[in-house]
Amino acid sequence: MIEVRNLVKRYGSHTAVDHLSFTVEKGQIYGFLGPNGAGKSTTMNIMTGYLGATEGEVLIDGHNILEEPEKAKQSIGYLPEIPPLYTDMTVGEYLKFVAELKKIERKKQRDEIRKVIVMTKLQEVENRLIRNLSKGYRQRVGLAQAIIGFPDIIILDEPTVGLDPKQIIEIRELIRELAKEHTIILSSHILAEISAVCDHIMIISGGKLIASDTPENLEKQMSDAGTLYLDVKTKKENVQEMLSGIQGLGKWSVEEKEYSCLITIQEGKNKDPREELFYACAQANYPILTMQYKKASLEEVFLELTEAAKKGSERQKYPRRFGMSGRKKEQIEEEENKDESSL
Amino acid sequence: MKAVYKRELKSYFDSMIGYIFIAFLVAMNGIYFLYYNMMVGYPYYSYVLGAMEFIILMAIPVLTMKCLSDERKSKTDQLLLTSPVSLPKIILGKYLAMETIFVIPMAIFCLCPLIIKANGTAYLREDFASIFAFFMMGSVFIAVGMFISSLTESQIISAVGTFGVTLLLYLWPGISSMLPTFLTDNFITDLLPNYTLTGVLDKFTSYHIFDIGGLVFYISFIFLFLFFTIQSVQKRRWS
Repeated sequence: MIEVRNLVKRYGSHTAVDHLSFTVEKGQIYGFLGPNGAGKSTTMNIMTGYLGATEGEVLIDGHNILEEPEKAKQSIGYLPEIPPLYTDMTVGEYLKFVAELKKIERKKQRDEIRKVIVMTKLQEVENRLIRNLSKGYRQRVGLAQAIIGFPDIIILDEPTVGLDPKQIIEIRELIRELAKEHTIILSSHILAEISAVCDHIMIISGGKLIASDTPENLEKQMSDAGTLYLDVKTKKENVQEMLSGIQGLGKWSVEEKEYSCLITIQEGKNKDPREELFYACAQANYPILTMQYKKASLEEVFLELTEAAKKGSERQKYPRRFGMSGRKKEQIEEEENKDESSL
Repeated sequence: MKAVYKRELKSYFDSMIGYIFIAFLVAMNGIYFLYYNMMVGYPYYSYVLGAMEFIILMAIPVLTMKCLSDERKSKTDQLLLTSPVSLPKIILGKYLAMETIFVIPMAIFCLCPLIIKANGTAYLREDFASIFAFFMMGSVFIAVGMFISSLTESQIISAVGTFGVTLLLYLWPGISSMLPTFLTDNFITDLLPNYTLTGVLDKFTSYHIFDIGGLVFYISFIFLFLFFTIQSVQKRRWS
């Protein structure tokens, strides 16, 4: 469907997109995730033919966006970061203009416009000037503009920015609805946004693709880093003694509080030490106040990956096509042991 | 192209710029026409157009200032450039829309020779040819203005820049005569004073010569600046 090969975009000495390659398959929702300034919008602008790339190429349905722009652009609907609205037109006039611009057949225009107006719930404001609309409505007009004519590929750059929670949910539903027949690519720097709708996440940082997988897989691969939190009512020394008696725990630390100790245990060889811990505490008569097991959320995956990419030194740990498996078990244990001995 | 043309044309009448442009040209034309032809009784309308040369320098920047700079500022160029319409067609659509606005005062000007005719002797062929030449010169200025508007995001800079460049073109015969003599011995002075924008129009209005070479000069100028405009928009995509 879309093939991006080795894309590079430089602005003077600044590299906004750095050798980016990926393919997008039909009928799925793809999410570009990355911190601000990661190169998401630039990538989208290149994919839609608004900007030219310094190196590399973009193929839309086999058509190169630069060599056959009209054919390639025919199958794309694009909502840029700032909706491209003519504020001196009414919503109806604007959508009619876009329909003509996108070369939708004259006979079909009226029906197409009706359909997108209903889908984006713009009926009430159809005859109002865009200038007088609120941010939320403007965003929806922008969305209507992108989906008019129902192109095969719909690219949305931060589609829910500036919307209220109710509108966000409506837009998400609309995106899911559209995804039944279209390929959708959307970008956001908000993780909840992406994980709520996307089938496939691409994490971009510093212009590089650092991870590309389904949300479930990303979480699964990260689940090594599950953490157990315990609050035990006793002295620090007691806890330390007890914990060193239990086999196969990961890296742990103890923090003394007023009445109790807060224990943090990283997951180690012993996948689920909760039962053992319970009996150990019970035998020693240390009351457990809290015991909580937390899996790494997508949020943490995102933070860790983007931070890692920033440092650059972590690149060996995270090979290009995201894989925690690249980080060897032995290596992790080695690190743990080092930490433990320093305790 | 048609969609861009229609939208552009409509926007000139939505934003008043179109009305102001037309009203200004027609009003100024009325003043000169009333004085030269009605009060003094000179039978050639083309004389009025000679006087209108400077007026049009002030009017054209108003028409062209927002053409591409405003698109860029409001980011609507993203819509145009990602739509399945080629850039030359977009530029041409915009240019033709401005030309259409400019044709309206020209059509009103065409009534003036007829008014003279109704009151005595008129030289219709000479006058209509002059109006046509005047229109062509205005079209050159519009192309220049469109190019300058493609260089900036600010309408003010676009308008002032267009006025500056067209003023330079207008004053060129005078400026070239002021050049030092070591420059005037070569082709520059052979070529430039003969083909100045106002010089061509003067041949129509003052000498009543249908200067085909001059019209070709105007048309080449228009194509050159349309080409520059396309290149200027393209360049921005690549830098």
